[in-house]
Amino acid sequence: MNSLLIIVLVLMVATGYGILDRKRSGRIKPKVDSRHQIFATEIGGELGEVATVLQFSSAFCTPCRTTRSTLASVILHYPKIKHVEVDAESNLQLVRRLDIRQTPTTLFLNSAGREIARAIGAPKRDQVVDALERI
Amino acid sequence: MIDARGPRWSAGLTSLVLIIALITRSPIVIIVQLVQFGIGAFAGPPKSPYAWLYKKFVQPRLSKTFDSEDIKPPQFAQLVGFVFALTATAGALTHTWLVFTVATAFALFAAFLNSVFGYCLGCKMYLLGVRFRTV
Repeated sequence: MNSLLIIVLVLMVATGYGILDRKRSGRIKPKVDSRHQIFATEIGGELGEVATVLQFSSAFCTPCRTTRSTLASVILHYPKIKHVEVDAESNLQLVRRLDIRQTPTTLFLNSAGREIARAIGAPKRDQVVDALERI
Repeated sequence: MIDARGPRWSAGLTSLVLIIALITRSPIVIIVQLVQFGIGAFAGPPKSPYAWLYKKFVQPRLSKTFDSEDIKPPQFAQLVGFVFALTATAGALTHTWLVFTVATAFALFAAFLNSVFGYCLGCKMYLLGVRFRTV
């Protein structure tokens, strides 16, 4: 095949995928009837009184840092909600059980530890506020 | 912590070099890129030739305030690039042009996404890799 054609094709597909990924990334999706329940012992601490925001991070992940500061700054206004960050690589059992495929992935848990929403990628500040208000 | 614009600029230059490699099918061009990836992956992105070019010619012309990022995510991306470039080099040296073209096209796909969209390869691939490795 003509190499120019390959180059154009690769750049077009990459652009399409890049736009789509940027649009999807960080969107907080509600989970209805989630089968995932997380226990305090699994995340090495306590669940929040009202809710827990559970962030999975990894070493090779720049947006994990952004996510950490976004979540931490929002959670300041909600004393009964807890932000817990765990390293995905050292919690592989949990990662497999919850089907975490990339970092950052953020789970919103209710007081019982049941997953009620999930964001893959760095969530936006106002979306986080929105999600917490709904809990 | 490094200037986050550096790796993205390097990814742009990488895309250009990979396009030239695809057009010319020159082993020298892909080997130049292989060396860049190798130094970036094993000695760290700031030690790589493209980073030197960035610091010498580009950074002085840009704003003094910038986002910083951890060195590990771009280093992981360089390692992924190195694997593709190594495959492409093997293809070029043995005149197995299908292998060369596919490997170079994948590297171009990733480098272009990284450069234009700030795409985080480590976020998407690292955890999947770990999960797969330790099944």
